[in-house]
Amino acid sequence: MSVKTIAGVEVNVSEEGYLEDMSQWNEEIAKEIAGEIGIELTPKHFEVLNYLREKTAAKEALTIRKVGKSGIVDIKELYKLFPKGPLKFSSKIAGIPKPTSCI
Amino acid sequence: MKNLVILGAGTSGTMMANHLRPKLYHNEWNITIVDQYKTHYYQPGFLFLPFDTYTEDQVKKVGKKLIHKKVDYIQKKIEKIIPEENKVELEDETLDYDVLIIATGSKIAPEETEGLVGPLWKKDIFDFYTYEGALALRDKLREWEGGKLVVHITEMPIKCPVAPLEFAFLADSFFRKKGMRDKVDITYVTPLTGAFTKPTCSTALAYLLKDKNIHMESDFSIMEVDNETKEIVDYEDRRIPFDLLVTIPTNMGDEVIERSGLGDDLNFIPTDHNTLQSLAHENIFVIGDATNVPASKAGSVAHFQAETLTDNILLYIDGYPLKKEFDGHANCFIETGNNKALLIDFNYVTEPVHGKFPFAKIGPLNLLKESVFNHWGKLAFRWIYWNMLLKGIPIPFVSRNMSFKGKVFDIKPEIK
Repeated sequence: MSVKTIAGVEVNVSEEGYLEDMSQWNEEIAKEIAGEIGIELTPKHFEVLNYLREKTAAKEALTIRKVGKSGIVDIKELYKLFPKGPLKFSSKIAGIPKPTSCI
Repeated sequence: MKNLVILGAGTSGTMMANHLRPKLYHNEWNITIVDQYKTHYYQPGFLFLPFDTYTEDQVKKVGKKLIHKKVDYIQKKIEKIIPEENKVELEDETLDYDVLIIATGSKIAPEETEGLVGPLWKKDIFDFYTYEGALALRDKLREWEGGKLVVHITEMPIKCPVAPLEFAFLADSFFRKKGMRDKVDITYVTPLTGAFTKPTCSTALAYLLKDKNIHMESDFSIMEVDNETKEIVDYEDRRIPFDLLVTIPTNMGDEVIERSGLGDDLNFIPTDHNTLQSLAHENIFVIGDATNVPASKAGSVAHFQAETLTDNILLYIDGYPLKKEFDGHANCFIETGNNKALLIDFNYVTEPVHGKFPFAKIGPLNLLKESVFNHWGKLAFRWIYWNMLLKGIPIPFVSRNMSFKGKVFDIKPEIK
């Protein structure tokens, strides 16, 4: 774990740059992380990000399928918003942990 | 008389029946277990069936024989759970319960992916998560002359998340032994960011794929199988060609969970992560693959859960608060081929680490390092499963919660 300044705020991040504490997140931080990845955030992006944050706060595991059934986007649209790895990039921008397997 | 009903006589259900029967008075509690099938499979053995390492007989027994004699075993289909009335409808009778344990597991749902159950299914496309699938794949591998082998995970969560990787490693050894490794191209395809998603593991184990010449395609979420061109296709139209596709289809909880309105979108039941009580109904408990807890869907997890759940059922019956004890502990052997294996030990929050197991500094098993000892451990486990684990006999020195003794936190994950 290390401390990084994103959008003028000091936040704790994992080795791979995921926020360790989702309560440190704000929209400016999201925009800056998205910028590093090369994504410009639109209101639609934020709808997805807020959905991910709500589900994470409720301790529900996230999958691409789940986001696809959220009523916000289908899986194709999710890929359009967050190309080349929709769940990992959206999680990173949403300030929630990286989706992992057991090893 | 009160009734405790267990749904599902797989690893979890069988363990719960055998744990609880000696602990509940026979004149106070009936225990009934329901399963529609006659056969209990040793599911970890399905990994070895395709390579002719295990025979059919080594991975199956009659389910009823594994369960305490004083438990009623009903071999019938479960139609519906009605929590509001504390009833379970079976195909031709209805059971009342005071306490219900749901252990209905998870299974593959290949029909969830377009084109998977098409003209190539069981011809060039196989699963090994079912007994029938593993045998069909064995027959294919006996004859297969080589080409592009693609080992593929559809989506998470899956039962035994490392099994696909083990399959790829064992396939490498298998084709080497057959003297045809040069004719086989192995590609490992995952929807995750890599074969190893935890930083400690990607650091310690990245060499494995390289050494075995296994190609990797990550972040691949399958949209469909193109049966014409023999390719799997993702949502960004990335295409991976195959001659032989070994896929892990979507894993889902049992349909009875959906019929009863108890599950999430994959039919897994929202369950308290630490007590294993259902979040919706206080007299329903859930164990093993049927839960939605973020632990691995694996026998070792079910084994540790069973110990906590046994205590919690007894506490619940006597009106005491439940223990918030289960920590997501998993302990898994990972076959890496060439008669070697890894052992990993982790929980909800602690990543797999180096060290010795089960005795600090002594072992004999090595954590997160390949060894022949670990491979013997995996093979010995089949005996332990049938003779100790299912019967509820504690495995000496292996505790339900993860222990930090003998663990070495020496891996510095790579910074990306």
